[in-house]
Amino acid sequence: MSQSGETGDQGGPLSPPALRIERLSFGYPGQPALFDHFNLEIPAGSRFGLFGPNGAGKTTLMHLMTGLLKASGGSIRLFGEVLNQHDRRPFAHFGFVPQDFSFYQDLTPAENLAFFGAWYGLRPFTIRKRTTELLDILGLSVVRNKKVAQFSGGMKRRVNLAIGVMHRPRLLFLDEPTVGVDVQTRHAIIDYLKQLNANGTTLVYTSHQLVEAEKLCEHVALIDQGRIVAIDALDNLLAAHRTDGLEGLFLQLTGKAYRDIDV
Amino acid sequence: MARDRVGLLFMFGLPILLVVIVTSIQNSTFELMNKNTVPLLLCNRDTGAASHQFIAAVEQVGLFNILTASGTDSSIRARVQQKDALLALVIPANFSARVEARARMVAGKAMNSFGLEDSTNKGAPGDTTTMPIALYYHPILQASFRRSAEGALYSALQVVESKHILKTLYFSLNEKELPDSVESELLNNKTTIEEYPVSRDRTRTIPNASQHNVPAWTVFAMFFVVISLSSGIVREKVNGSFIRLKTLPTSYLVAIVSKQLTYLTVTLVQAAIIFAIGVWLFPVIGLPTLHFPTDWAALAVVTFLCGWCAVSYAICIGVFSQTEEQATGFGAISIVILAAIGGLMVPSFAMPGSFRLAASISPLHWGLEAYYGLFLEGGGFSTIWSNILPLVLIIAGLQGLSFWGLKRKNLI
Repeated sequence: MSQSGETGDQGGPLSPPALRIERLSFGYPGQPALFDHFNLEIPAGSRFGLFGPNGAGKTTLMHLMTGLLKASGGSIRLFGEVLNQHDRRPFAHFGFVPQDFSFYQDLTPAENLAFFGAWYGLRPFTIRKRTTELLDILGLSVVRNKKVAQFSGGMKRRVNLAIGVMHRPRLLFLDEPTVGVDVQTRHAIIDYLKQLNANGTTLVYTSHQLVEAEKLCEHVALIDQGRIVAIDALDNLLAAHRTDGLEGLFLQLTGKAYRDIDV
Repeated sequence: MARDRVGLLFMFGLPILLVVIVTSIQNSTFELMNKNTVPLLLCNRDTGAASHQFIAAVEQVGLFNILTASGTDSSIRARVQQKDALLALVIPANFSARVEARARMVAGKAMNSFGLEDSTNKGAPGDTTTMPIALYYHPILQASFRRSAEGALYSALQVVESKHILKTLYFSLNEKELPDSVESELLNNKTTIEEYPVSRDRTRTIPNASQHNVPAWTVFAMFFVVISLSSGIVREKVNGSFIRLKTLPTSYLVAIVSKQLTYLTVTLVQAAIIFAIGVWLFPVIGLPTLHFPTDWAALAVVTFLCGWCAVSYAICIGVFSQTEEQATGFGAISIVILAAIGGLMVPSFAMPGSFRLAASISPLHWGLEAYYGLFLEGGGFSTIWSNILPLVLIIAGLQGLSFWGLKRKNLI
């Protein structure tokens, strides 16, 4: 429900939003519904941050948006196309960088990119070209033929990101893409994400690194217990709530109590 | 897959080693039974002719390598315990006298029944009670082989006793010794037994260790893909690459089908390698050459189905296992159990009735039976369809179960 009206780099006034969620319902078996008629719209070309305390539902929402979970009601559209398991064409629109390392540790970065590139439907020539390009950008060229298992956490994060953008997605979902990395790697990743966005890729980002999020996100949504408690351009929200940072806004809207004690 | 060295070892190295070792061992057993002789300690305490004739008859059987021994029963037992020989035969001191006495008694009775008076045999026949020949055996000797040895000894004993009865009867009738030529003609003019292996293609090829073992261990080897494939699927599920695979424009179902095709190719390569070893390596290392069945199409179909069944089983285990340890542990142990109840280790016909029923749930059983139909019985596609059909049903069941598991876990 990003109602800011800003149009992303790729979108014109009549182009569909990158993501539109309408009346989404979902609940885990045996538990009350986490989302009930949930709505959200993310404009094409934006850098959108999705934040909330632990258990707020942001990872579940990310999994629903990427098709990892199936909603019990409502719809999710990517660039106007309904996301469902029977027609996987809309899946080509987005890339996903999960929090967990989602690749084969026994393979080299080049092999991982070749494997996933093939599954994205890229031609061998394109795979080779993109592999060289991405490994150069992310500083992995010198280790392109070494097993990923031998890499540091930061290098693995970059491999994780490279696979997610291998097919030049129009929309990129990022779940804690910089967790556990050093300052240099974090800067490199954030810079690269901004570069991607400048070239037209919509970013949907979630993290607990709120300082980092401030640098990256132009629009944010704060969700709690499956509901959006605030959504707007970051500057507007900070002004409206008279806080000077995302962390202050976060605490003001979601409280200071622990949220992860219900296990 | 090339990085999975342990998996490759399980899929290629160990099965090849297994087929060579088991065939060699079983071939020695075949040769022990068919060609080699078993050492037999023979202690002859008798000095008469009958015992020497008995020993000659035992030698003629060809089953034993006779080692002469002397001493007490306990010393003979001790030598058997020490495995100087697995069998020992002790001929009692008055063996010949008793054989002759019994021959005279039988001849006398025969003369009486003919209504003739035996003028040559007027005295008492002597001690006609039988005194057993003692046969000691080591417990490790299989019961089937022991019975073969007993049968051979009874046969030799029969020859000696018959000869003495015949000679005595002839003497009683003719009052002269039985001519050697007549004796030979009467004793050696026996009906012969000719063996016919019952093969579907009516060939006379005698099944050997290679024909038995190569198909059996080929089926076993194919099922070893379970270790590599099922643990690979579990690894994908737990290490997060599954999450990415599920968000790709291509369905994970396609990934599963691709895996199946890849591993099916692996199983076919396994079979080709093991068959090639049977044909080309076995003769070089002194084992019988593997002979292919004449129906190549049926061989291809059975190999394909065995491979597909192994892959289906591996996928099923991979889908339902939570950890790699579960997949590899359950996978490996279940294969051994399915192989055991499937007749790979002990022939199905030799199993108790309940186990024969259990064999019908083992895909290895049906694969093996189909292979045996081709390799041992010389059958073709038309004769093994009853083994192929259950294999197809098991594949369908495993594929359906895997599909259901993937759906239930929201993986496809």
